[in-house]
Amino acid sequence: MSAVISFLTPAAYSFGGAFEFIFSEQTSNVTGGNKVGGIDQVLELVATQVEVSILALLLALLIALPVGLYFGHRGVGELVAVGLGNAGRAIPELALIALVAVVIGVGTGTLVLVLAVLGIPPILTNAFTGVRQVDRASVDAARGSGMTELQILRKVELPLAVPSIMQGVRGASVNIIATATIAPLVGVATLGEFILGENVYGENGVLAGAICTAILALIFEFGLAALQRRLTSKGLKLQQATN
Amino acid sequence: MMSASEWSAKLMPVSAGAAFAHPSLAAVGEVGEGFFKERTEGNLPCQASETHLFCGQWAIDHIDRYVTPTLEQLALVAISVVAGFVIAFALAILGHRVHWLRPPLLAGTGILFAIPSLAFFLLLLPVTGRGNETAIIALTAYTLQIIYRNVVLGLDNVPASARDAARGMGLTSRQILWKVEVPMAVPEIIAGLRIATVSTVAIATLAVFAGGGGLGTQILGEANLKFPTTIVISGVIVILMALLFDAILLIAQRFLTPWRRVRAI
Repeated sequence: MSAVISFLTPAAYSFGGAFEFIFSEQTSNVTGGNKVGGIDQVLELVATQVEVSILALLLALLIALPVGLYFGHRGVGELVAVGLGNAGRAIPELALIALVAVVIGVGTGTLVLVLAVLGIPPILTNAFTGVRQVDRASVDAARGSGMTELQILRKVELPLAVPSIMQGVRGASVNIIATATIAPLVGVATLGEFILGENVYGENGVLAGAICTAILALIFEFGLAALQRRLTSKGLKLQQATN
Repeated sequence: MMSASEWSAKLMPVSAGAAFAHPSLAAVGEVGEGFFKERTEGNLPCQASETHLFCGQWAIDHIDRYVTPTLEQLALVAISVVAGFVIAFALAILGHRVHWLRPPLLAGTGILFAIPSLAFFLLLLPVTGRGNETAIIALTAYTLQIIYRNVVLGLDNVPASARDAARGMGLTSRQILWKVEVPMAVPEIIAGLRIATVSTVAIATLAVFAGGGGLGTQILGEANLKFPTTIVISGVIVILMALLFDAILLIAQRFLTPWRRVRAI
């Protein structure tokens, strides 16, 4: 009933209220005077979201990177690698999470698995195309100088494919962080707890959840961009700068 | 410090269900409600349960429920992608002409891309309120980077010889842009549009959080979330819609690049 009433009254969203919610506990109007919000709970939820996101990103990397590099090196399976990337984009995260909650059940394991599934397509596609785009002359030169196939992949193709691979990793990270926000649907309390529980946390909580999620996503984005700069070889940077 | 789950347990004695009872969803009219009512009355078309993945007869009987949400989502995607294309194309032309603007344009669109759409929807609520405008603004912002990158890439990839030939024929810079560079960049531009459109179709499912309607209305909500059939139907419609948009753009590309067809033969 309370849900219906709060729907009828125009919601008062304000950034001021949201920041207050983040930094100091508020009295919830539906839980009989219980305190909600505050920096402690925010940090707790942030920690969970970061944890599941990093786990999922690592799992996705572990699966997609070797496969993408291998197929890229061999030059086979383009249809699968690129097709999978395109198909992966079409999957509605909300439906996937909701369905998995019913079919597999709730829990952190389920969540990490689903998030990893969403992270795999961009990494796989970009690893594949990154390796494919490496100048064939460089690969031939490496082969001519006596490198084994594994050495070619590790010392020539991988370094040259770093920008493309990291592009995929950043895309995967955006997907994963975004979807981790609706994790309360599979019973894991991330920042989405505030967003999906408007009747408990109020408008301020919803907005606070959105602010924290956006900041978290940007931190991941900037972190990965910095990592990309570190991983890109000097020669490649020079080449990019002159272009 | 209390753990998050303890918090939930303390605050949500009504079990995890409370987390689903999003006020904006209460008025939507959940599909699942009907399902549970039919079940208690014993009128269910097939042996469906909460763990039963898909009830085909129910889907056939109730498919009309999905028409309006589907059209809403179609409109959200079409408007957002068209708006995103117009803005991103203009920005790309700007970046093409004024080279020092490229890094800030890339960074700016990159930030808009990295902010999760769900958070974006909610951040706009104090400014634009609940409604499809809010959803459209966030979805448009999401598409900018993808389209911008591809238009710039396409324009950059135009061979210098083509540009020189055009200049030699006496074309002005503006004519070169519109008659040579843009047409030659069509494959990359369409590739960007395809990525942007397909992703937007999927993400528009979250527009329900902004009060923007769409198929998310048939997924969220306490009763819907316990009724897998509606989740499956909505998910399948979203995927089919993505495929449809993708096919339309591919056909458009064939019409816009007749010289490629000739080469293919």
